[in-house]
Amino acid sequence: MRHLLSTQDLAREDAIRILDTAAQMAATQSREIKKLPTLRGRTVVNLFYEDSTRTRISFETAAKRLSADVINFSAKGSSVSKGESLKDTALTLQAMGADAVVVRHQASGAPHLLAHAGWLDAAVLNAGDGTHQHPTQALLDAYTLRRHLSGRALHAPGASGPDDAAARGADLAGRHVAVVGDVLHSRVARSNVHLLHTLGARVTLVAPPTLLPVGVETWPCAVSYDLDATLAGDAAHGSPDAVMMLRVQRERMSGSGAGGGAFFPNPLEYSRKYGLDARRLDLLPEHAVVMHPGPMNRGLEISAQAADSPRAVIVEQVANGVAVRMAVLYLLLAGSDAPETVAAPAVPEPAGALAAPAPVPSTERVATP
Amino acid sequence: MSSGPAVPTSPSTPASSPSDGTVVMTAADIARALTRIAHEIVERNKGTHDLVLLGIPTRGVPLADRLAERLAAIDGASPEAQDVVGELDVTMYRDDLHRHPTRTIGATRLPASGIDDKVVVLVDDVLYSGRTIRAALDAISDLGRPRAVQLAALVDRGHRELPIRPDFVGKNLPTSTSERVGVRLHEVDGAGTQDAVVIRPAPAAGEEAGA
Repeated sequence: MRHLLSTQDLAREDAIRILDTAAQMAATQSREIKKLPTLRGRTVVNLFYEDSTRTRISFETAAKRLSADVINFSAKGSSVSKGESLKDTALTLQAMGADAVVVRHQASGAPHLLAHAGWLDAAVLNAGDGTHQHPTQALLDAYTLRRHLSGRALHAPGASGPDDAAARGADLAGRHVAVVGDVLHSRVARSNVHLLHTLGARVTLVAPPTLLPVGVETWPCAVSYDLDATLAGDAAHGSPDAVMMLRVQRERMSGSGAGGGAFFPNPLEYSRKYGLDARRLDLLPEHAVVMHPGPMNRGLEISAQAADSPRAVIVEQVANGVAVRMAVLYLLLAGSDAPETVAAPAVPEPAGALAAPAPVPSTERVATP
Repeated sequence: MSSGPAVPTSPSTPASSPSDGTVVMTAADIARALTRIAHEIVERNKGTHDLVLLGIPTRGVPLADRLAERLAAIDGASPEAQDVVGELDVTMYRDDLHRHPTRTIGATRLPASGIDDKVVVLVDDVLYSGRTIRAALDAISDLGRPRAVQLAALVDRGHRELPIRPDFVGKNLPTSTSERVGVRLHEVDGAGTQDAVVIRPAPAAGEEAGA
């Protein structure tokens, strides 16, 4: 893995490796001293062209827990407001020696451009681009699901008793996840559909037709317009093991007169048909969990009763986000930059490490005085 | 000290050793060395009180388990094995992470009573450059503050790069840096494997030599 841009091209083994590494990272975060020396001397730049609270703080925490230096860059208050292009910003970061760039951008594909345009040598991590992808959110959702839907935890009520031992190395084969809400504007939904499908889970998207993108029938998932039927298990995949509520992204809806723009008549009608409330919560099987990527619109897509119920793992998702981002930073940054070229000449690893420095001091001693 | 005969005993290990090498410790030698180390640990610490054995993955962990069994046998009243054995993954503390392809992180598991004010005995299979032990010492200081840290190694092959020495050694094994020392344990390498320590000449790819 060189960059993390999308969950669509992530292989199953790589995804499980990230989740297993995240589990080990999470174990270190219950210690008194949470900081690890692993990425000492590496520099991680948080390049945020869009507002963010939890993703930026989560990446910053993850990098600092691994002892990397963190530079925060937000478009507001930088030269971007003077019209600096993405390319010139990237060249600046390259000149300053960034080892990883965490980028959030309002344009879909901006991280891909950064990774492949040749402006940067750094690893690029997509922290959300337009309405395209948000891979670390999908990975932390998958990690949370795997803890609560493996082994004993699959039959434990709600969010009680995650089973980390059974989760190790497991995928989500046979599980059913309902993703409900504003799929059209959601990069979280896109990332989750592909990652959960790769991990073997079945996904049902539930949304009004106006909030589903054109071409959704080509995605590896089922589509439903009826939340009650899906929760009660009448849909194609049976009753869900988890419900993932999506935020209604009103800032992306133009003509926001009554609150919903042209996408739904008014917030009350949306929440009546697609909001998760106490009544809908009771339709779910006993072991099912409720997720939300945040920030929540309480009273719109999720009621306070649902958000604060013992089924909700919404706060845990935030904690797991740090562990998953630590895992991704570790896997992208800790190894040698070019494993192919290093692996070839280094015959036995300790001997290679010994043999290499031996001739260097002698030449240095000749050269320095 | 058991001085295992340095004689190639090639046909005795049927399935597991396609790569030839010199067997320097047989299963019986390893068992004897571990028993002796266990007695030395008890002798040094005047009993098994407050002892914690931390194995360094991969092969330090079963060795720590075996030592704990022997300690329990020597000191009849000692607590059950779960309470004294742990494993300590040092991957994230290594100083050579950027020289190798990304390593998989292992589990760290401490005894329930923790390591504060205990005597920690680190257990590893092969002691070589000392860098793994340096990483382990850093990891321990992040986990707690033991009263003392001691080091037990099944094989000491020399070539130290840091001022680190073992307290308990199974066998001192003078080697060339080009040779590779492999340790096979049936817990790690499969039930059919004969326990053995093998020296192989240089570049044959195979087991980790343990840095």
